[in-house]
Amino acid sequence: MAKVLMKGNEAIAEAAIRSGCRHYFGYPITPQTEIAAYMAKRMPKIGGTFLQAESEISAINMVYGVSSAGCRVMTSSSSPGVSLKQEGISYLAGCDLPALIVNVQRGGPGLGGIQPSQSDYFQATKGGGHGDYRLIVLAPASVQEMADLTAKAFDLADKYRMPAMLLADGTIGQMMEPVELPEDMRTTVYEKPWAVTGTENKREHNIVNSLYLVPEQLEKKNIERYEKYKTVEKNEVMYEEYMTDDADVCVVAFGIAARVSKNAITAARAKGIKAGLIRPITLWPFPKDVIARTAEHVKGFVSVELSMGQMIEDIRLAEGCKKPVTLCSRVGGMIPSPEEVLKAIEDMEGGAF
Amino acid sequence: MHRVTLFAGHYGSGKTNLAVNYARALKKEHERVVIADLDIVNPYFRTKDSAEVLEREGIEVISPEFANSNVDLPALPASLYGVVQRRDRYAVLDIGGDDRGAYALGRYAPYILEENDFEMIFVANFMRPLTRTPEEAVEVMREIESAGGIPFTAIANNTNLGRLTDAAVIREGTEKSRELSRLCGLKIIFTSVEKNLARGLDTDGVFPIELQKKYYDL
Repeated sequence: MAKVLMKGNEAIAEAAIRSGCRHYFGYPITPQTEIAAYMAKRMPKIGGTFLQAESEISAINMVYGVSSAGCRVMTSSSSPGVSLKQEGISYLAGCDLPALIVNVQRGGPGLGGIQPSQSDYFQATKGGGHGDYRLIVLAPASVQEMADLTAKAFDLADKYRMPAMLLADGTIGQMMEPVELPEDMRTTVYEKPWAVTGTENKREHNIVNSLYLVPEQLEKKNIERYEKYKTVEKNEVMYEEYMTDDADVCVVAFGIAARVSKNAITAARAKGIKAGLIRPITLWPFPKDVIARTAEHVKGFVSVELSMGQMIEDIRLAEGCKKPVTLCSRVGGMIPSPEEVLKAIEDMEGGAF
Repeated sequence: MHRVTLFAGHYGSGKTNLAVNYARALKKEHERVVIADLDIVNPYFRTKDSAEVLEREGIEVISPEFANSNVDLPALPASLYGVVQRRDRYAVLDIGGDDRGAYALGRYAPYILEENDFEMIFVANFMRPLTRTPEEAVEVMREIESAGGIPFTAIANNTNLGRLTDAAVIREGTEKSRELSRLCGLKIIFTSVEKNLARGLDTDGVFPIELQKKYYDL
């Protein structure tokens, strides 16, 4: 397919379709409504299901139903709507069901505002719903990655039988860039012998359930699930390194914050400051090892976030408090400017923090 | 030159960018120019982003009160009636994308039709995934006309691939615009091209434009 000009939100929707997703359930909310609008146009033409549910809560439970039947399925929303979905996400995790949940974040807490944010990092990576569980969390930084990571998220969710989240922000959802999407974005077709598809009297019936009457069994299930999470942490970490080899100051940023940071790093290098960037692409599993390695040779880290400082905690855990980590952030729908990031880099370089 | 120029089309086709450039060009020839943002569907990229440069050049800007704010409130200001009722100035209207965006035009349509001095321009970008063909563009055109209540009178070929736009992209857009023109019987009013790229082109009817940019747009 030749390149086309797409909005980030459209790229997610089209990539989902090309990844074999034929079922979408959602409820409109700015700044992700184009995902639903695009699905509403496309799904009927390809024999898929687009359904605007009566609420986010019912949408996520429709996802639960379709996933139980072994089909690829997704829902999308923005921050307040994703909060509403948390119970359903926990149930998906508790039933070991694959699904894609997209969060195109906006400012919070509460109703917050419609401008971009990254302040759902904790919610996405540390739970959000109840119980011991993890989501695979992918953070795109371009419209092309909105598409590529949507396909990746479906694959990982099926591979590990767990829900995955695409954690984007309003800016990347709304901005337009040239993208190229392969006709078929599936890498592997996963067998789903666990799905509830009817036994035809040929096998024992499958059960999808998160209720365990015997505590010993529930404990065993949780421990098994955490063994699986260890495998994900070992195999699926993704990140981008940018000019980190000789860096004295290492910026850590994801999504839109990483784009701004690259501008700042160029400006810092022009001033003779050796700055570099680690851009986590998977927020869970978090790229701990590269941060620990980088801590050996940098003066310190600057965490650039559109939050009051959430990822900064994972950076500190990863580098074991060996080096200082400062925060450069804007919130409430604001985006740090390259100048603000440059100032934070200069402060770290000069030891003024 | 008509008193009212309207830019409508598929969302993401470049209406706002074009409306801003058109208003600035118009101001060079006419004393009084007003640009009005009727877009109540796009939350982020808007006419108001260019308010500073427009106002500096003496162009009046009318935007929804909550544009670029944190409030998702699709309300249009009362002053918009002045744009269609007072006929002593040239007006450029930036309409929201698709039929959903064009519904807001409906309440002003009777005044515009009554005055009958307008150009309703369909902004076409054939690099957008849902308007890849002239046939798909016609479909969008008809949806917008029935929602907004004003018939299109011209086509602006704004085919682009963002920063990857080159002569081949423009050429493809020009060919498809000609086909669209044949299908719907409307003239192509111009081909809009980013000004640096426009310099190297030998195509007729090029309208060189400046792009609205944000600093994170690497």
